Amino acid sequence: MTDEKKGPLGDDLNRREFFTKLGLGSLSIAAIGTAAFSYQYLEPNVLYEPSPVVNAGKPDRYPLDSVTLDVNNGIYIIHSQEGYFSVSAVCTHLGCLTAWKQELGIIACPCHGSKFEQNGKKIEGPAPKPLPWKRIWLNDDGDLMVDRSTDVPSLARDSFVRV
Amino acid sequence: MAKTVDQYFDELQQTRVWRSIFRSGTGESTLKRALAIQQNVFLHLFSTKVRTRMLSFSATWYLGTLTLGTFLILVATGIPLMLYYHPSVPQAYADTKDLQFVVSSGLFLRNLHRWAAHAMVFLVFAHMFKVFYRGAYRPPREFNWVIGVVLLLITLLLSYTGYLLPWDQLAYWAITVGSNIASAVPLLGDKIHFLLLGGNAVNANALLRFYVLHCMILPLTAMFFVAIHFWRIRKDGGLYAHETEPATVRSRSGGDSAKEAK
Repeated sequence: MTDEKKGPLGDDLNRREFFTKLGLGSLSIAAIGTAAFSYQYLEPNVLYEPSPVVNAGKPDRYPLDSVTLDVNNGIYIIHSQEGYFSVSAVCTHLGCLTAWKQELGIIACPCHGSKFEQNGKKIEGPAPKPLPWKRIWLNDDGDLMVDRSTDVPSLARDSFVRV
Repeated sequence: MAKTVDQYFDELQQTRVWRSIFRSGTGESTLKRALAIQQNVFLHLFSTKVRTRMLSFSATWYLGTLTLGTFLILVATGIPLMLYYHPSVPQAYADTKDLQFVVSSGLFLRNLHRWAAHAMVFLVFAHMFKVFYRGAYRPPREFNWVIGVVLLLITLLLSYTGYLLPWDQLAYWAITVGSNIASAVPLLGDKIHFLLLGGNAVNANALLRFYVLHCMILPLTAMFFVAIHFWRIRKDGGLYAHETEPATVRSRSGGDSAKEAK
């Protein structure tokens, strides 16, 4: 029988097996390609999300020793003796928006009860980390600008804006 | 002589049109009754014969059937809700309010959808506990238990994705918290978070993705696994029932007669 003939590709590989393997191999490659294609499709390349850079307005909007929550952008603008600085208002636990409690002098999260000092330092959990400081600077018009995508070291000299 | 409703129905079943639709035909014989199940595309997933003790209330409390019932209610109410709901940021919340206050019967449909969803989650858990405590997960039904766990997860995901759609504060923060929990997955967490939301925050893309998951992908996946779940009941020897379960034989003329039928 011709089926028993030994082909040029080896002893255990007859024509039928060769084509079976060729077919399965091609399908596997196509499947991997499809998976990669699907993954790329599902991952958006362009995001129509708000810019991470926020204009927080003129510094004189913020009186000395005040903590102001920007609800829409999820940041605090704090005017302290050392200068202006910005702390994220998004809880490091599960992303809820925290609130400044004037009467207690703390930042508190309504979802699971995490508490922070006004400089972002954690007082009690479940939040695993302190609230990160955000890069803040004055633009050419004299407006305070905050980049929410850039964390800066807390209490560092460069993390403040002095006017 | 006046005909009874039964006689009209018998006549209808003899007609050519009826016989062309239902191949099995009529008749009281065991064979005919088995064929009526086996030759029906929807019923053929089920056993052609069941022991009456398997159908007794105490065997299952009908929890699986009730779960299917809530699922069917959810499909039947969810599709009409889709006709008034736009999954877009400016419209979603307003559409939800319209369904409650403007659309005729909208409040009824939305509330029915909501209550059925709560009931389904409850019933799925109750079903699971009933199966567990009766030991109905044991061989040969192990794989059907696994399918059941998949269906539990799909049910929870359906609840979770549906939660975002009203696009109110409760929904928004629940999804923010829930999707941040997904970020806790080792290594892949942030990627899963990004793909689930279609972005970095709960926004227009997230609303659309949750809508598609809730209305298309998850219900279709659920139906696929439900079909396997039911078919496996038959293949694994029917619903689980103890030998000691009391068997009730129902005669067709009505009236239950308790008999020993082993």
